[in-house]
Amino acid sequence: MKARRKAAVRCTKLVYKIIRNTGQGNGTSLPGCAARLLAPEILADLSGMVREKTIVTMGTNGKTTSNNLMCKALEDAGKKVVCNRLGANMPNGIITAYALAAAADGSLDADYACLEVDELAAASVLPLLKPDCILLTNIFRDQLDRYGEPDLICQKLKAAIDSVPDAVLVINGDDIFSCTLAGECRNPRIVYGINEAAFAQDDAAGTCDSLFCRSCGHRLTYLFHHYGHLGVYHCPGCGMSRPLPAYTASDICFDADACSFSLNGYRMTARIRTAYSIYNTLSAYAALCGAGADTAHFAEAVRDFDYGNNREAEFLINDTLIRLYLIKNPIGLQLKFALLQKDPAPKDILLLINDNAQDGMDVSWLWDVDFGSLHTANTASVIAAGLRRYDVELRLKYEEIPCRVSNDPEASVEALLESGSKNLYILVNYSGLYRTKRMLQNLANAREGGTQA
Amino acid sequence: MKLTIGYLYPDLLNLYGDCGNIQCLKKRLEWRGMEASIVPLSSESRIDFTRLDIVMLGGGSDREQELAARGLRSLRKELGCYLEDNGVLLAICGGYQLLGDYYKTGRKTIKCLELLHFYTECGSKRLVQNVVVQSPFFSSPVVGFVNHGGRTHIGDYTPLGEVLYGFGNTETSHREGLLYKNTLGTYLHGPLLPKNPEICDFLIARALHRKYGKKVCLDPLPDGAEKRANSYLVKNLVFYP
Repeated sequence: MKARRKAAVRCTKLVYKIIRNTGQGNGTSLPGCAARLLAPEILADLSGMVREKTIVTMGTNGKTTSNNLMCKALEDAGKKVVCNRLGANMPNGIITAYALAAAADGSLDADYACLEVDELAAASVLPLLKPDCILLTNIFRDQLDRYGEPDLICQKLKAAIDSVPDAVLVINGDDIFSCTLAGECRNPRIVYGINEAAFAQDDAAGTCDSLFCRSCGHRLTYLFHHYGHLGVYHCPGCGMSRPLPAYTASDICFDADACSFSLNGYRMTARIRTAYSIYNTLSAYAALCGAGADTAHFAEAVRDFDYGNNREAEFLINDTLIRLYLIKNPIGLQLKFALLQKDPAPKDILLLINDNAQDGMDVSWLWDVDFGSLHTANTASVIAAGLRRYDVELRLKYEEIPCRVSNDPEASVEALLESGSKNLYILVNYSGLYRTKRMLQNLANAREGGTQA
Repeated sequence: MKLTIGYLYPDLLNLYGDCGNIQCLKKRLEWRGMEASIVPLSSESRIDFTRLDIVMLGGGSDREQELAARGLRSLRKELGCYLEDNGVLLAICGGYQLLGDYYKTGRKTIKCLELLHFYTECGSKRLVQNVVVQSPFFSSPVVGFVNHGGRTHIGDYTPLGEVLYGFGNTETSHREGLLYKNTLGTYLHGPLLPKNPEICDFLIARALHRKYGKKVCLDPLPDGAEKRANSYLVKNLVFYP
């Protein structure tokens, strides 16, 4: 048993090294796959060696940010943490994280484990991890061909959470889906939420998924929406109402590049510009408290934390500021459009949409996003790219927003560096992200004065 | 000329970009110098079908669809008259299933609107895929995406067309959708109309004919973007898979 684990850990490290040295990818999944073949019990074994607490993060949006922020706060407090920080959240990615953190003799020296887990993997992984605390960030419409409608996601999550009934469940009280789900689980529960209408303008069009009571079917009444279906709601039919949060962010002030707010009275400042980043910060704080962890260094962790997580990046090339964002689903794109509207400067936008397996093959969600909001975003030009560039072009056409179609994003970016607005936003979905980032890094390296911020 | 488009239950049946179909109808009327009035019809509103020229009934999640069916049953008679009177109706996915007699799941049989006499049974796995259909009514292949668990048996009704790629009304049938008078039922979302502008114009022409009593010849529109999006799928799925 121990010999197999040792072999599996060594094998993981070797495969990881080969993948990284040959530049074949991030090496987040294949090593774990190899480890599992050698030692099928490896995940339960290594997970059992975590000394203090295991925290699992699930939900549609914000998993990686919340999980990595918790990890950083714990590390800042002197803890050793196992974390799948690149967001590889399927079983193999989680095994890779554990095996890489283990010593060559197969032992694990860790105080905490912070792991994000994909909704589809949760039912098989949670019983092995036996988490002390589960953070559920939110439930939104996401890659319907992969995950199914939100109701189906809820069913899958419930099955996973039911398998670990002692874990403390930390939920977003502003999300009716999460609340309804938690109400059906026996787990002890902690609720976080935002009581003030701090970002009502971010989603004026209302990308709303759930307007009806999940219990009695009556239309919900909202005091206000934050964005999407998140907000302060109650049901006039059965009297169900949003639970009062135990953890909350208040006095939220956005500046140009940062935001300050109070978490249960503690003032903190973060380099963030979006509403969802505040939720991510709040959720991480609530989950750490739920796990009984030391949060004394949380404000410092937040101050220095890189909210981009490899999924956002800024470059300055030839005086052009380039901002790259990952977009995964309709609410994500809607909130990025809100960000563009807040930037008064003229801007070029490159929207790259692929339909590979990890993106979701169904791109119909583009029609659930209010592209009309680009009319008031001071856009100099819009470029449609990616395998489904013609779908993007078509979506824009039906809002009468002119666009160019590009089958060579690099050439398009180079042309904009010469004659663009000097302010370029690039929005891409999963499979285009790392390639686009590498392309921008190469462009920055090739040009004098090009830097990645 | 002006058409009034009723969007049934946008708050319940809005799962797969169905609002794109409404946007497409509206723009293609406006681009031809006509007017479009969009009437969102919530589940609480009183609906007068005699005022409507085109009705769209989209798809929702199971839960939302059950709520929608509850509201629609009270309108069954009016919707039936509209349909029989050649009213233009586009019913997609769950909306399509609702027009039939029943939807049978493993445990129970859900009564549908019984406006058309076909039925749907829930299969063991969901059918999730891009779909390409060759329809005798349209020159370009019809493209879209399907994501549903139902198998719809349309009997002697006229299908929208033959499946070139993907699933039809059932996983083994090569026929997709249903056309009855001016009612089009289909599983294709994606959304349907922008990528298949011929269908959009077909619905508009039928509605204008019904309202103004004369055959209408629609001015052609520059459909480059529509054709590119359509043929990308046709090429990749049918010709060079």
